[in-house]
Amino acid sequence: MQSLYRLKESPSQTAGPYVHIGCVPNFCGIGGVYEEDLGTSMVNEKTKGERIKVSGTVYDGTGTPLKDALIEIWQADADGLYPSPEETRGTADPNFTGFGRKAGDYQTGEWVFETVKPGAVPFPDGRMMAPHITLWIVARGINIGLQTRMYFPDEAEANAKDPILTRIEHQNRVPTLIAEKTGDGAYRFDIYLQGENETVFFDI
Amino acid sequence: MSLTNQRPAAGFFARDRGWQPEALTPQYKTSVARSPSRALLTMPQTLSEVTGPVFGHNMLGPLDNDLTLNFAKPGESAIGPRIIVYGRVLDEAGRGVPNALVEFWQANAGGRYRHKKESYIAPLDPNFGGCGRCITAEDGSYEFRSILPGPYPWPNRGNDWRPAHIHFSIFGQGFAQRLITQMYFEGDPLIWKCPIVDVVPHREGIESLIAALDMESTVPMDARAYKFDIVLRGRRSTLFENRLEGN
Repeated sequence: MQSLYRLKESPSQTAGPYVHIGCVPNFCGIGGVYEEDLGTSMVNEKTKGERIKVSGTVYDGTGTPLKDALIEIWQADADGLYPSPEETRGTADPNFTGFGRKAGDYQTGEWVFETVKPGAVPFPDGRMMAPHITLWIVARGINIGLQTRMYFPDEAEANAKDPILTRIEHQNRVPTLIAEKTGDGAYRFDIYLQGENETVFFDI
Repeated sequence: MSLTNQRPAAGFFARDRGWQPEALTPQYKTSVARSPSRALLTMPQTLSEVTGPVFGHNMLGPLDNDLTLNFAKPGESAIGPRIIVYGRVLDEAGRGVPNALVEFWQANAGGRYRHKKESYIAPLDPNFGGCGRCITAEDGSYEFRSILPGPYPWPNRGNDWRPAHIHFSIFGQGFAQRLITQMYFEGDPLIWKCPIVDVVPHREGIESLIAALDMESTVPMDARAYKFDIVLRGRRSTLFENRLEGN
């Protein structure tokens, strides 16, 4: 029998408490190496779509905010297109990066993204998924990055038909994936790593 | 529901969760309150996971991959044993991953990080910041220069010391490939005493995080070389779509 000659994925390790040094050096006071921290600005004045602000805090199993988490987001543009070479359905807005990266505030743990509301993106079978933002969370004490999604509270109709939200067996956990609207274009998405109201994390 | 005959996007191999660390690893104490207690929800990969940001070489500054110089005053450089770290970013099928952004960060030669929350008594090096980045070439290769980081003590059990290590963050082609890991150095006895290394369930997995000293690639009278390959999740091609050679 022939061998498949497959390699194994490199094992993940925690990002540790000093992830800022490598990922957001300007944020942690290491100036002059990079002009700007990667993922700081997702939009410019020409970006199409509704401007939104997404903020949140990550909490541990004791209810304490993580003050050393790093959050990355990835999302489609206002028309539902990804600014990625893999995007085959059209050309995404050239004034939108789709990628954001923020560290939690050292005192409060809060992070904030200035972005646009994403358009709907199709599921592999052609059904439309409700507008969502994909998040990836790393920190000291997290051995492998946690993947989740944020959906919008003002998209109830689309959320009710979303192919991912509807496949969650424990429907009482769906609200953990839906942000809270806190103002005009302002959303709050708190993440609970463990315990009551534990956020749904995905194996993708 | 509008069903179409579009080809599904090619997905990544399922992650082998038995090969990767568990979330809850009590020997690494911080994981106890930071590990989800519910099972992860398995979902099909969609465009949101198979796409991801890809960064252009034009984002890099000329010293981004040289930690001996990128924080140093003109004419000076960081103190410590000079090293070159090189290797390839591959996928599980053994293909090089081109245009992958690789970021790295580390302590200085004395084990001290340049971070305000770090209080270890070893001094900072005024010419060492500790961060760098590069983007892989067409064959997935990358390299950077640095100094050998020192081990450092950390508050876990009574007398835990991290082995010398460099943190790595890698972006592949899809957000599902996103990975952060740590590189260790051949022959370091602390590797086998470290509760963070110990979260990796298989010894072969740990060995795959240990860079090998490479005397052939060492630059005489300058810097020793260590080879460190990184493997990201493999990808199924959709036959005839864009890779005529198939898988």
